This record gives sequence, structure tokens and C-alpha cells, in this order.
Amino acid sequence: MSVLVLVEHDNTEIKAATLHTLDAAAKLGGDVVLLVAGENCGDVADAAAKINGVAKVLHADDAAYAHHLAENMSWLMKGMADGYTHILAPATTFGKNILPRLAALLDVAQISDIIAVESPDTFKRPIYAGNAIATVQSKDGVKVITVRGTAFPAVAAQGGSASVEKIESAGNYDKSSFVGQELSKSDRPELTSAKIVISGGRGMQSGENFHLLETVADKLNAAVGASRAAVDAGFVPNDFQVGQTGKIVAPDLYIAVGISGAIQHLAGIKDSKVIVAINKDEEAPIFQVADYGLVADLFDVLPEMAEKL
Amino acid sequence: MKILVAVKRVIDFNVKVRVKADQSGIETANVKMSMNPFDEIAVEEALRLKEAGKAAEVVAVTIGPAASVETLRTAMAMGADRGIHVLAEGDVEPLAVAKLLKGVVDKESPDIVFLGKQAIDNDCNQTGQMLAALADWPQATFASKVELMAGENGGAVAVTREIDGGLDTVKITLPAIITTDLRLNEPRYASLPNIMKAKKKPVDQMSPEDLAVDVTPRLTTLKVEEPPTRAAGIKVADVGELLDKLRNEAKVI
Ligand SMILES: Cc1cc2nc3c(=O)[nH]c(=O)nc-3n(C[C@H](O)[C@H](O)[C@H](O)COP(=O)(O)OP(=O)(O)OC[C@H]3O[C@@H](n4cnc5c(N)ncnc54)[C@H](O)[C@@H]3O)c2cc1C
Ligand SMILES: Nc1ncnc2c1ncn2[C@@H]1O[C@H](COP(=O)(O)O)[C@@H](O)[C@H]1O
Repeated sequence: MSVLVLVEHDNTEIKAATLHTLDAAAKLGGDVVLLVAGENCGDVADAAAKINGVAKVLHADDAAYAHHLAENMSWLMKGMADGYTHILAPATTFGKNILPRLAALLDVAQISDIIAVESPDTFKRPIYAGNAIATVQSKDGVKVITVRGTAFPAVAAQGGSASVEKIESAGNYDKSSFVGQELSKSDRPELTSAKIVISGGRGMQSGENFHLLETVADKLNAAVGASRAAVDAGFVPNDFQVGQTGKIVAPDLYIAVGISGAIQHLAGIKDSKVIVAINKDEEAPIFQVADYGLVADLFDVLPEMAEKL
Repeated sequence: MKILVAVKRVIDFNVKVRVKADQSGIETANVKMSMNPFDEIAVEEALRLKEAGKAAEVVAVTIGPAASVETLRTAMAMGADRGIHVLAEGDVEPLAVAKLLKGVVDKESPDIVFLGKQAIDNDCNQTGQMLAALADWPQATFASKVELMAGENGGAVAVTREIDGGLDTVKITLPAIITTDLRLNEPRYASLPNIMKAKKKPVDQMSPEDLAVDVTPRLTTLKVEEPPTRAAGIKVADVGELLDKLRNEAKVI
């Protein structure tokens, strides 16, 4: 058995989701080989080699991989897929963009967003916004899989001493090119790995009002998230969205403020250890999943919390 | 320019699904079905290109049982010109859907295929990317903005994409595959007159055999279970009690 894991990085740093994916890889058994493809990403390849439990790092360095365009990445991976029983990537927008394209090139199914490894060919994955869990078995020769990070602990980023092997670029696909990006900057912890997350919904009424939430977040060293309604209304950027079709979070503490608790939102928070709901409507469905519910006006609660923390 | 839009019939997003007692799947009897919400956004985007004079025809395509025609009718009531129904019973996996769509693409030669980023039943998020691979076309997933670029060789499109860290923009040449995210547009409702008109719009029916595609599933679903349920907790009286519970009972702050 031999497992290839696609490393998510920004040419400087490995993203945490990769470390969680590697725990799923370890549960499959067999050698774990990492692929680091990017531009001027030698540091990333070196860091990857230090991750615990890694047998080898393959490093492709070329302008074609600078922005991880799915066309180039999947073509590179198709060329090197031979010999692997499993190919894994994190179920982030990075992995979701690339891996299905690879699966189709290999003429195999993809198993999306797994939350458990039952055996090398059998996996659990949520369907219907997590309202059901399917156990699926794959008959394909190579299993192409994306991994839900919150369902697996991170492996240690240190302790390994794998070799780094350079591999050739598979070239550039000229029908697609990167134009630019606008990344959200924040000093707060990342949503998907934060120990505490505090999210605001439509009840926040405006983007301005999110500073009430941020003040509390700063006291708790928490990440800030949002419901779809808050993102659609333009209160906060798209990458704040938590839920079925946004980010999945599983912090120790999730605080939902002015969020009603739609199925699609709950799908993203159900695995949090402790859920707190602050909502002025005592009938709001969020209270059905909250460990601690406070029926009150958020505009009174947030300043008081900030003061008392 | 011709645009193809893939639309899937799914359990309505408002329905709280129930797992069958024998764990073989989801209860679908007497459950409200609708067009996958991301596909409504895909239809809307295609219609806007047509209304802006940039596209001549919008064709909706669905793969599924006989009742899926309803979803085509919805797309046509929104404004799609005609429909294609690939009749297939049972669960058709994304790879097979992509192969069937590739067959339709070969027949229709569209310039753009819009798909949703994700079907809200299987939550796979695969089909568009797979179709792009099979057609050897460029792809732009999770689109929140689509801008046609005039004067390019054969046409190109700049697509802003919703990614985990924010937004990025790619330029892809046509023909191309685009999958839609929530912020791309707000889909229209079909008006009653348009619902009536849609009944007369043509629907072409074909089978997987017509398209020479083997739709045998690659995955076997061994069982489908209820997720562990979270028990409702307690209500606290005020901020003081809340913080006390979080500090001393849950010990999370
Ligand atoms: C295809 C699809 C995908 C979706 N994906 C997602 C997703 O990934 N994530 C997601 O979140 N949603 C998603 N949704 C949307 C989801 O269905 C809900 O519409 C959304 O979660 C509602 O957001 P909300 O709770 O902020 O707003 P609302 O439902 O409007 O709730 C606002 C709440 O704020 C409370 N409130 C108002 N004022 C105050 C106040 N002053 N003090 C205290 N409480 C107050 C109200 O009582 C109410 O409960 C999706 C929907 C679809 C169709
Ligand atoms: N049976 C189907 N018929 C038509 N379109 C489909 C079908 N299945 C998936 N699609 C399209 O592919 C998108 C992504 O689906 P999925 O990969 O299953 O999450 C959907 O939003 C649709 O646009």
C-alpha cells in the first residue's frame, strides 16, 4: 500500500489542513509520500520532509504550479499516479478544485470529504448537510479521496526526516491562467483550526456591528465566522461562511450570535465540543443544539461579555 | 454563443431528511423535491448572459428518473430555451454524470457549461471538475463573478472564485466549465405565464446507451446512518452565568 498526499501550501508555508489529512493517510497504513508542487517552494518541501511519518517528499517546482491551477496540478498528478493505492488531499477549496479533475483523468470515482477510515477501501462521509452518514466502499484501483480536516487530528509537523526528490514539471496548460487574488488578512486564528470560534448572523444587522463580536473574539483569542445570511448581506467576506457549503469547524467552543440555526449552518458546527447560542428568539432552532443558550439581545450581551472577560 | 446548464433534482433544501430504518438510504417518499439551489444560480447566470445579448441559446440538461423533467421545466420557466433529459434510474455518481454531460457537450458544442459547485444531496462537489477533465477544457470553480472578455481569440472569461482565504481570479479561454457559488447572483422566480410557456418548450430525451456511457456505480453504499445527535443543553439567565458555566463547568475559556 502506498499513499500519495497532496500538500496544500502557499509556496511559503504548509497549511494546517494537510497535517489533518496526513492522519487519515496514516490510518490507511503503508508508505506516505507527499507531493509539494509550487513555485520557489523549496522551504515548503523541506518542511514537509520533517513531518512525522512521511516516507518521501516529491517536489515539483515550476511557474505552472505557482497558483495551483487545477489543470496543471491534475495533469502532473496523473503522470505520477502509477503505483499508489490512494491519493489524498484536504477537502478545502484547494483540494476540491484539483482532486475531482484528477479522478476523472484516472477514470475513478472520488470519495469526497471523508470523516472516518473504516478500512483501506471503506470510508464514512456525511451527506445531506451531515444529516446522514454514508459508509461507502470503493472498487477502484486507486482511491482518490478528500479529507475533512476537523474529523482527524493533526499529525506532528516535526520528527520526520524524509528525503526530498525533485520531479519534472508536466508543463503548462495554456487555456487557463491566474489573474490575481484578494486574500483576507487577519491576525486572528484561522477559522478551521481555532480553539474558539464566534460567529455572527443576520441578527448583527451590519458589518459595522461585527466590531462588537471582534472585541469579544480578541479577548478569547477566537476566530470570527458568519452565517450565509451575514455574508450575503455583505457584513463580512465570503471566507467567513461556516456551514454545509462554507467552512466546517469543530472548535472547543462555538458561539453563535444572532444566528437562527438553519440545517445548512448546523452542518458546519455540529462537531464543536461546546456550542453557545445567543439569540433573542427563544424558539430559534439553534437552541436545540446549544449546550448553553442565552435568550437576550446581542447588542446588550456582546458589550457585557467584552467587559467581563 | 450557446450555454449549457446542468440541473439536478434534489430533496428541497428546507426538508429535514430522514434515514430509512433499514439504513439503506434516505426516505424519499412524499418528500418535496426542487432544483439544486446552486443550479438555480447557474441557470440565472446563463440567462443574464443571454439577456445581455452575449448568448443566443440556453439549454438545460438533467440526468435522472422520469420526474427529473420537472427540474427541466423549472429551468425553462426561468427562461432556458429547451431541455435535455438523460433518463437514468438510481444513483448516478458524479463520474458517470460527467461522462453523460461530456456526451451531451459533444452533441451540442456549447461555449460555456455552467454547473452548481455542489449538489446538496450527496455534497460531492465533483461533477464540474470531472467534466472539465473529460472535455479537456479549462475550469473555474466556485464562481462569484463571471466576466466575458471581448476581443480574445475565440473568447475568454475572467472568473472570480470564492476560496478559503478570500477570492481569486482566473482567466480561462472558451469553451470552458464554470461552477457557481452562492454569491454569483440571486436567481429569479419563474412567473406564472412563464411556467405555462415552459410546458411547450421542447425536451429531448436520451439514454445513457445513446451516449455510450456505462453508469455502473464505482462505490457501494454499505449503509446510511443517522449522525450522532446533540442533546439540547440548558438556558442560562445572563452573561454572568454563561461565563461562569464556560469557565467552571465546560472549562473552555
Ligand atoms: C444551497 C444553500 C447553501 C447554504 N449554505 C449555508 C452555509 O454554508 N452556511 C450558512 O450559515 N447558511 C447556509 N445557507 C443558508 C441557511 O439556509 C440560512 O438561510 C442561514 O444560515 C440563515 O442565517 P442567519 O441565521 O444568520 O439568519 P436568520 O435565519 O435570519 O436568523 C437571524 C437570527 O438572529 C436573531 N436576532 C435578530 N436580532 C437579534 C438581536 N438583536 N439579538 C439576538 N438575536 C437576534 C433572530 O432571532 C434570528 O434567529 C444555505 C442555504 C442554501 C439554500
Ligand atoms: N444528475 C445530475 N443531473 C444534472 N446535473 C447534475 C447531476 N448531478 C450533478 N449535476 C451537476 O453537477 C453539480 C455538482 O454536483 P456534485 O458533483 O454531485 O456535487 C450540480 O450542481 C449540477 O450542476
